[in-house]
Amino acid sequence: MALPPLDSPQWQTSFRAFLWGARSIGATVLTLVLFATYLGIGALAHDSGFSLGWTLASTAFVWAGPAQIIVITTLGSGATVLQSAIAVTVSAIRLFPMVVSVLPLMRTEQTKRRHLILVAHLTAVTLWVECYRFLPQVPRNRRIAFIHGLGLGLVSVCLIANTIGYTLAANLTPLLAAGMLMLTPLAFLFSTARNCRELADVIALVLGLLLFPLAAMLNSGVDILVSGVVAGTIAYGVHRARAGTVRARA
Amino acid sequence: MSTFIGDWHALAILFVAGVIPNQIWRMLGLWFGGGIDENSELLVWVRAVATAILAGIIAQIVVQPPGALASVPDWLRYSSVVAGFVAFMLARKSIFAGVIVGEVVMIAGKYWLG
Repeated sequence: MALPPLDSPQWQTSFRAFLWGARSIGATVLTLVLFATYLGIGALAHDSGFSLGWTLASTAFVWAGPAQIIVITTLGSGATVLQSAIAVTVSAIRLFPMVVSVLPLMRTEQTKRRHLILVAHLTAVTLWVECYRFLPQVPRNRRIAFIHGLGLGLVSVCLIANTIGYTLAANLTPLLAAGMLMLTPLAFLFSTARNCRELADVIALVLGLLLFPLAAMLNSGVDILVSGVVAGTIAYGVHRARAGTVRARA
Repeated sequence: MSTFIGDWHALAILFVAGVIPNQIWRMLGLWFGGGIDENSELLVWVRAVATAILAGIIAQIVVQPPGALASVPDWLRYSSVVAGFVAFMLARKSIFAGVIVGEVVMIAGKYWLG
């Protein structure tokens, strides 16, 4: 699907721009990845004993797959609310740079901060990636409406996926239910691997995978936090050391 | 209380443990975003820690599997991830190829084991 040219009358109203945004969910394979991920989250929530309404509320109001999985797996395995909240807080820090980098793409002189609240809420890794791809093809004064359409379209896809995954998990054979639960780690692993831009990201991913089983032996309730901070800091250290050598050579 | 919503207490916990800790960063980005350099050293560290946390979550699901996934033997879950990763790399970083191959290996393996 191609978007209309920048001077097309199709961009004259915000509503049209919203619809073009919503239609653009069909123009990206990431929609399929999100669908698979949220199918898995629905199944995971079911097997961890949460209600369907709870699962849908988590998708609509949290709107960040990793945070949702942390809440489901930590609370489901008996962590305290505080432990879950700390792990989510740390995992969600990455949303901050995403929001910071995405908002200037759609700000105009007339834009007030409140116009951007919904965009900030909808910002997550998929939308962040798609903003860079789609927005150059959208007139600046219609970009907020376009992103509202795209973001709410993606949320709708995920709510549907949640419902299907949740319902199937209750009714599938154990074999297929296991297959659906496996969607989440696979989809996350490969989409994270694809997003690795620098050596620090690669090291963080690999060390994060390897250190978790060690951290889990501590049984602290915040194992994910422990392995994440240690692995991430080592990765950052390697990044710094390399930057230092490059500078020394130059 | 309907079964759709379930326990209201669980919904309250969702807001305290999930929604607020998550949204705080988006709203901070909205309020203070203007003055921060996207490539600053602090953000490199933040991104590395966030990536490693995500990796930890992936590992947790595979190493300490929930529900029906626990019926699949450890070695088969690990093989599924490795096979998926090989396919992902061979297919020039196609997420789709990785997920499909990983799933096929696990489901076929479990089916074959009975």
